[in-house]
Amino acid sequence: MSSNTLQVKNLSKLFGENLAVNDVSFHLEKGEVLGFLGPNGAGKSTTMRMLTGNLAPSNGEVKICGIDIIDEPKKAKALLGYLPEMRPLYKELTVDEYLSIAARFHNVPSSKIRKSVDFAKDRCGLSHMSKRLIENLSNGYQQRVGIAQAIIHNPEIVILDEPTVGLDPIQIREIRKLIREIGQQHSVIISTHILPEVEMVCDRVQIINKGDLVFHGSVEDLKEQRKGNKLLIGFSKVPTIAKLRAIKSVSKVEKDGNGMFRFYFKNKYLPAEEIVSLSVKEGWGLYHIAPDITSLEDIFVNLTKSN
Amino acid sequence: MIINVARKELKSLFASPMGWIILSLLMFGFGFMYLDGVNKYFEVMSGSVRPAERVGVTIFVGQTVYGIANFLLTSATPLLTMRLISEERKNQTLPFLFSAPISLTEIVLGKFLGLVIFLSILVLYIFAMLATLNIWADIDFGYLLGNSFGLLLLIASFSALGLYFSSLTSQPIIAAISTFLSLIAMGVLGNYFASDPGHWFGYISMTKHYQSFTRGVIDSSDVIYFILFITTFLTLTVRRLDSDRLSG
Repeated sequence: MSSNTLQVKNLSKLFGENLAVNDVSFHLEKGEVLGFLGPNGAGKSTTMRMLTGNLAPSNGEVKICGIDIIDEPKKAKALLGYLPEMRPLYKELTVDEYLSIAARFHNVPSSKIRKSVDFAKDRCGLSHMSKRLIENLSNGYQQRVGIAQAIIHNPEIVILDEPTVGLDPIQIREIRKLIREIGQQHSVIISTHILPEVEMVCDRVQIINKGDLVFHGSVEDLKEQRKGNKLLIGFSKVPTIAKLRAIKSVSKVEKDGNGMFRFYFKNKYLPAEEIVSLSVKEGWGLYHIAPDITSLEDIFVNLTKSN
Repeated sequence: MIINVARKELKSLFASPMGWIILSLLMFGFGFMYLDGVNKYFEVMSGSVRPAERVGVTIFVGQTVYGIANFLLTSATPLLTMRLISEERKNQTLPFLFSAPISLTEIVLGKFLGLVIFLSILVLYIFAMLATLNIWADIDFGYLLGNSFGLLLLIASFSALGLYFSSLTSQPIIAAISTFLSLIAMGVLGNYFASDPGHWFGYISMTKHYQSFTRGVIDSSDVIYFILFITTFLTLTVRRLDSDRLSG
């Protein structure tokens, strides 16, 4: 219980008739990065807005380190750092000015503002941009300012809504590294619809679709779902399917569209060796053999479709 | 925390050319009226022979300068208030304030205070300008202080009204226009009903309540009127932001 930094119980939000978030419950532990996945309009941002007190839930409760965000918003918000999808930057200010304001708003004592601004800039690689107007910074640097703003008061929970959208690949890598670093000391929730990002950055994953929580587990669970017991094999001289079925431990063989075969086999038996030796013996001309990995996209589509 | 929000507002005002331009135009306007008042004083006074027609230089110039405030501020405040909430809505920066440990009331009061402090520069400037008359005349500082207080209340009321309109929309221009129109409407209606001193509109007309200050009178009912006006619109603004939080 004590290591739980965030507890969400039966959170719902109705926009008129439209149920945007439906009875979502989860919790977050210290030093954990939680990935929030979902298609567009699934309710990710709405959930995050409710977690940060920007939107009042229709039902349910949110507790930050045991403090209810509706009953004691000031106390709870002091423990939160939030970067919304649209970066809330005052572009007419310089990086230093903006971060000092952020620190002051989050109750950082005035003697420590200088220090925490420097610290946040250092963490986000902004030290050489201190005196620049935010308006003149590139997209990636503006995003860093956004993240710096969210971690400036050393919050317990950092919530980042789609932190890598619109960045170039190098910036994305840097931001991901930054998120992992932050995740070591704080609890982090990030939302995204880039699936590989979740595998790279997160410890746990939550998939939300049309307001419902459809998957909740560790990244390993998600990876487990990907592998399955399948091999994708290509032959240049195609044998009959009956011959292939005869191979030990192969449970099912089906033709792939591209002249390849998909072999399903029983758990813990990997028939690869047998297939290779058989192919050499019979002269089938094996040119491709590889585990058939269901892409994250497929899992995602399956999970979100079935609901 | 209110002070912190006000400081942020002031920083933004001074960081944009808008704030400087409006402030300097206003100062030019008031400065011009001052010059005009001083010039006309000698013209008018040399024409008035009977002692009863003569007024002191403080009241004569003071009324010219403070009398124009209603008009000048009607055109200038909407341009300053429009950005307070509207622009934050448009740039989607409101979550920055909402997710910080600051209450809605503190946000609204802070923004209001920030703008009032900004415009108080004018009050000080006008006071200093009129005080220079003291170099060759013996002026009535009580009259100046009373008027400064009235001007401050007028500024605060305009700001509160503008802040409310600014909270209604995400289009700064619409906020500015609607503030401007309602200030104009108040002024025009005030003038229209001014001929009939007993008319009920006189009780709610801002022009009328402000006029007693330019005569040099601080009437507690006028002060209460302004305070009620300010509180009403600030409360409405808080309510409006709260309804955003509730319904999204």
